[in-house]
This record gives sequence, structure tokens and C-alpha cells, in this order.
Amino acid sequence: MSQVSEMTDEPNIIAFCCHYCAFTAADLAGTMRQQYAPNIRIVRLPCTGKVDVNLILRAFVEGAEGVMVAGCEIGSCHFIDGNVRARKRVAHAKTLIQEAGLDPERLEMFHIAASQGPLFARTANEFTERIKGLNAKEKASAKSQGEVCAV
Amino acid sequence: MIVAERKPLEELYAHAKKHKKVLFLGCGTCVTVCMAGGEKEVGILASQMEIAARERGDDIAVTEHTITRQCDSEFFDEATARKVEEADAIISLGCGVGVQFCAERFPDKPVYPGLNTKFYGATLEQGVWAERCAGCGECVLDKFGGVCPVARCSKSLLNGPCGGSSEGRCEVDPDNVECAWQLIHDRMEKLGRLDELEENQPMKDWSTSRDGGPRKVTREDVRL
Repeated sequence: MSQVSEMTDEPNIIAFCCHYCAFTAADLAGTMRQQYAPNIRIVRLPCTGKVDVNLILRAFVEGAEGVMVAGCEIGSCHFIDGNVRARKRVAHAKTLIQEAGLDPERLEMFHIAASQGPLFARTANEFTERIKGLNAKEKASAKSQGEVCAV
Repeated sequence: MIVAERKPLEELYAHAKKHKKVLFLGCGTCVTVCMAGGEKEVGILASQMEIAARERGDDIAVTEHTITRQCDSEFFDEATARKVEEADAIISLGCGVGVQFCAERFPDKPVYPGLNTKFYGATLEQGVWAERCAGCGECVLDKFGGVCPVARCSKSLLNGPCGGSSEGRCEVDPDNVECAWQLIHDRMEKLGRLDELEENQPMKDWSTSRDGGPRKVTREDVRL
């Protein structure tokens, strides 16, 4: 957990969004004034197929406490199957972060169509709650093991 | 090419933990092709190490470098030597050959293997690599239509299939292993050379293989 989150309980979450669907949905959420958690920092990519395993790992190394990879619905990818490749890479990255000691729930793949502004907002909020829950659980278990937590 | 797989993180972390600064050294040839130890995989391992060290509260600095090949000393250049100098230990993501060459070149630094080297093989499709050659030292592929009974038959039989050949699969691992003798038969039939398989092959002389001890090849005509 980053020092910031230990102090404010506000986790940093990176959302890798594809330009054609998820980013457009995020944009639409904004236009529709659908509020979503400010914890989400969006990185726009041409396609989730651009996401490789190390990009996800670097996000965690650099301080992200949660990573969302949001792409088009299966079958709708602008680049045919970029989102299918991303799914496989996200699944593999989950095993890698688990190997390194992070809860695999901190990483997730979502499929959001361009028109689904409200779904983007809801997904962002639910994922933020998930990460907050994981942080709280880990903090509590660290405390109960008698470790000192910086507050 | 040589096909290898990366070792589990726990095993590598146990080595890295003994040192303050670890260099992860990748190889740009075989292990890049089989996606086990190339520049990308070095990056992935280094990231995993940084995350793991942070999670456990350990102080391990991580550096990365990849060279064209670890099995040729010419590629251990000045830049590589500098990176090695700055580190306390090396985890080499080359095959077994590369790890040893690295250790020979830098005898003062602990060198740990990052991969389990498996076999000589080829890419069947992206993400799938299969064994094709056992390095027996006396190639007999001319006799078997280009399918190697030494490497691809589970029992290395030279005179036809055993009773465990069923539906073209090997009883040792039917899901993953084809019966090499089925493949040899089918290939020779296509070539119209089935009669050649009637010829009895004598016992193989394994002295040319690893069984005869570590091997060396010398070419006096090209030595400087």
C-alpha cells in the first residue's frame, strides 16, 4: 500500500481504457454527469490489446493499488481481437501479481461498450470499493499480527 | 532452439534476498523466442521482484540488462561488465549454457539460474514449443522420413512402435504426446519408402550422446 493511501484511505487506481469503447464510455459518463470515484486515473490506449503484462506490473510497482483494464465487448473490438488478447494477458498477470504477494482481485478486466457511460461509472465505483475493502482487510490483518502501521 | 521455462518467483526471491542489489540478465536468442528469458521477461521478473520486496519489507535493488546471447563471450561487453560490477549478484535468464558462461566470465559474482532449461525444440505456434531433438550425436533422420525416433518416441525405439501406440498417441501421455512411430510410418508411406522401415536398425551407439560424457567440437581449420 502506498504511504498516501495509508494516510487517507484513498487508493490509487489506474484504468487502462481503449479509445474506441471504454474511454468513450468514460467520456460519456462525464457528459452525463455520472459521478465516479476520483481515485480512477485513466490511461487511454488505442486498444486493450496494447496492454502487456509488464505494463500492468509497472503500474503496481509505481504505486497503483488497483488496475482496471477496460475494453470493448467481445466481438466489438475495433482491432478484431485485441480485447481477447488482453483478457488472456490480464488472467496471466493476475497469477504473476499473486506470485509477488498481491491479491489478484486488485487487477480486473472489464468490457464496456462506448454507449455505456453509466456502466463505466458504476464499474469504476465498484472497483474502487473493492480496492478500499482489500486495503482495509490487509491493514486490519497487519495490525492483528502486531505489526506497526504508519498512520 | 533451446526451450526453457522461468523458475517460480519464490525460488528466485530466496536467492535475491541474500543480496542488496541484483542484476537480472536476459538473453536475446533462444529464450527470447520461447518467451522465458528475453528483455520482456526480464522486465516482468524485475517488476515482480520489486513488488514482492515491497510487500515483504525487504530492501532489494533491482537492475535489468539483456544481451544478444549469453553463450558467446563476445556479447559480455563493457556495458554488461559495468552493470555486473554495480550489482552484488546476477540472476541469469539464459539457458543452462548462458548461466555457466556468465559465471565463468564473472567468477567473483554469485550467478543464479532464472530458468529451468528443458529441451531442443521448435515453435509449433505462438505459445507452444515442443521437443524435437535429443542431441544424440549421430543423426539418423534420413532413415525415418525426418521424424526422430530418439527424441520423439518416449522409449527412443528404432525398429517400430511398441504396444502402447493407440490412435496415433503414445500411452505415456496420450493427451500431449503423439506416437512418433505412427508419424514415421505415415511420413514414409507418403514418400513411398515404407519398405525401408523393414531394415533392422542395430543397437544405437550412445557413446556419441551425453551418455559418453561431456562433448566438445573442435574445428582446427577455423581456429585463430
